[in-house]
Amino acid sequence: MAGNIWVVADQWQGRLTDITFEALALGREVADAFKVPLEAVLLGHGCASLAEELGCADNVIYAEHPALAEPVPETHARALAELAQQRQPRAIVIPATNTNWGANTLLAAQLGVPGLNFVVDLKAVDGALEARCVLYGGKIQVRVQPRKEPAVIGLWPGARPADQGRSERKPSVEQAPVSLAAEPKVRLKRYIEPEAGEVDLTRQDILVAVGRGIQSKDNLELAEELARALGGEICGSRPVVDQGWLPLSRQIGKSGLTVKPKLYLALGISGAPEHVEGMKGSSLIVAVNTDPQAPIFNIAHYGVVADALELAPALAEAVRARKG
Amino acid sequence: MNLVVLMRMVPDVVEELEIAPDGKSLDQEALRLIVSESDDHALEEALLLKERYGGRVTVVAPEAPEVADVLYTAAAKGADRVIQLRGVEPGLGVAAMAEACAAALSAIPDLLPADLVLTGAQSIEDLDGLVAPLVAHRLGWPYLGVVTAVSEVSNGTATVIKEFQAGYRGEFQVSLPAVLGVQAAEKPPRYVPVAKVRAAMKATRIEEFEAPQPVPEPLQDVTIVALAKPEATGRAEMLEGSVEEVAGKLCELLAERGLL
Ligand SMILES: Cc1cc2nc3c(=O)[nH]c(=O)nc-3n(C[C@H](O)[C@H](O)[C@H](O)COP(=O)(O)OP(=O)(O)OC[C@H]3O[C@@H](n4cnc5c(N)ncnc54)[C@H](O)[C@@H]3O)c2cc1C
Ligand SMILES: Nc1ncnc2c1ncn2[C@@H]1O[C@H](COP(=O)(O)O)[C@@H](O)[C@H]1O
Repeated sequence: MAGNIWVVADQWQGRLTDITFEALALGREVADAFKVPLEAVLLGHGCASLAEELGCADNVIYAEHPALAEPVPETHARALAELAQQRQPRAIVIPATNTNWGANTLLAAQLGVPGLNFVVDLKAVDGALEARCVLYGGKIQVRVQPRKEPAVIGLWPGARPADQGRSERKPSVEQAPVSLAAEPKVRLKRYIEPEAGEVDLTRQDILVAVGRGIQSKDNLELAEELARALGGEICGSRPVVDQGWLPLSRQIGKSGLTVKPKLYLALGISGAPEHVEGMKGSSLIVAVNTDPQAPIFNIAHYGVVADALELAPALAEAVRARKG
Repeated sequence: MNLVVLMRMVPDVVEELEIAPDGKSLDQEALRLIVSESDDHALEEALLLKERYGGRVTVVAPEAPEVADVLYTAAAKGADRVIQLRGVEPGLGVAAMAEACAAALSAIPDLLPADLVLTGAQSIEDLDGLVAPLVAHRLGWPYLGVVTAVSEVSNGTATVIKEFQAGYRGEFQVSLPAVLGVQAAEKPPRYVPVAKVRAAMKATRIEEFEAPQPVPEPLQDVTIVALAKPEATGRAEMLEGSVEEVAGKLCELLAERGLL
């Protein structure tokens, strides 16, 4: 049992998330390269039926405990530490979602092993585990080898297609007791539903997205004007929402919405991984940024190095002229 | 309330980042440093809590170029005590720095007990962990991250709001003392006029504190194989020309795809 590759299943509102399957697809490759079993670890209470969807793994370790029903990263990390100490896997892949934010770091700290963040790929290189991590808002990639086992891997969305990690096969399921001796010091009191936006941005064909490069609330009008000309809606990155220039209901990315419009026009957005995970599936991505090195140009289809404050009105004008 | 804020300097990614000749680190010479964005939000949240519940705010930051400006600015905004931690190496990864900070918190005179340690939810160079959970682990305190609000601080607990996804948030009850990774303060970080910062420079003494020995090695448990800029494959096709020309080309592209 020692030396196996583990993938921790991530849940949201009672369902397994896409990134769980992305992680399984990646874990499958790594486990095959090391010729060891791939195991999925499912934590929760009364969620045994979810194990049936984890057939990409050879085996599911299901740890059930009432405290695990709550999305408290500390509780989940303690359960994982108990299991890992008994079974000594080689690597533990944990999807880096807001839900379990910090769980990978807590687990690594408890086990006294390295916990890598921002991991976008993982493979076996000459018998060693090697991770590729994206730092500096997407501007630098780092290849690193953890030197202790189990390596705790905080995996970012998009490493593999989710469908590659889905399987019709029914895996073997093993109940694994966890004691979670201490009372949790963090408890969920309630979920707060999103404020309903006036429009459903996930159903729009055209989105004009603004980032910090828009520079002031007044300049937002330029983007709104362009969105009107194009017949689309406006949305934005986190700093724009944090400034109160746009409501949270219009934030795209990790904490916000995931959208796949026919056109995503990014104005003054750098392309940090937390933003990109919410819009990378768009059919056509056009980015406007003053910085030719901006990471957004690595995922955009078309790029323009220009001041968005000049390009937005010019484009609005050209679109209006063309539409007549 | 006794509030401690951990802040640190990170490379400004608006500038070009140069990889050092060894291929395993950034060229430190070429870097311009700024305060890590969510650390600034952590400070703001601490200042808001002080205004609401009273108490004091202490800022602790590892030594780095320009960090004095950040500490004076924090003082001008309302921090009561600012401390620079010496002997912590900058660079990729944060686990060693978080260890050193946690050890220092326990060693700095008159700092603990505190009700909350606040720091950013994440920084752009958190390769080997996040600061908040590492410090929480060392202190043996509870932790919560992606925090956007703190309220109802009483009887040894606080109500803490954290962000989930798709606009959902969660309301948590957290036992104090605790460590929080702040994503965004309840209000954007306050602006402080230059004159006020200058006044703070005269009125404030930055305390210097040597990190307790031995200071952990940066990146002790991982080997850096290589740094690289993302590959050019899949890079956008760049549209050149004047703003009007580019606008015209974009119109063509959109029309071809039936988007106009
Ligand atoms: C747990 C967690 C969750 C997060 N969730 C989200 C999320 O849901 N959504 C999100 O967006 N972020 C999220 N973030 C934040 C994310 O890390 C980035 O900080 C954010 O995406 C950066 O936004 P930005 O690109 O607008 O700003 P910046 O990174 O500051 O980029 C601004 C860009 O504008 C360019 N620019 C400046 N002036 C101009 C001009 N005149 N014309 C054209 N370009 C210009 C600059 O070159 C730069 O590239 C999250 C972070 C964490 C830790
Ligand atoms: N022309 C610009 N180029 C790059 N980044 C910018 C520019 N203008 C503003 N920003 C970003 O926006 C932030 C706030 O801008 P300001 O309020 O003008 O200081 C800065 O810290 C920058 O990150």
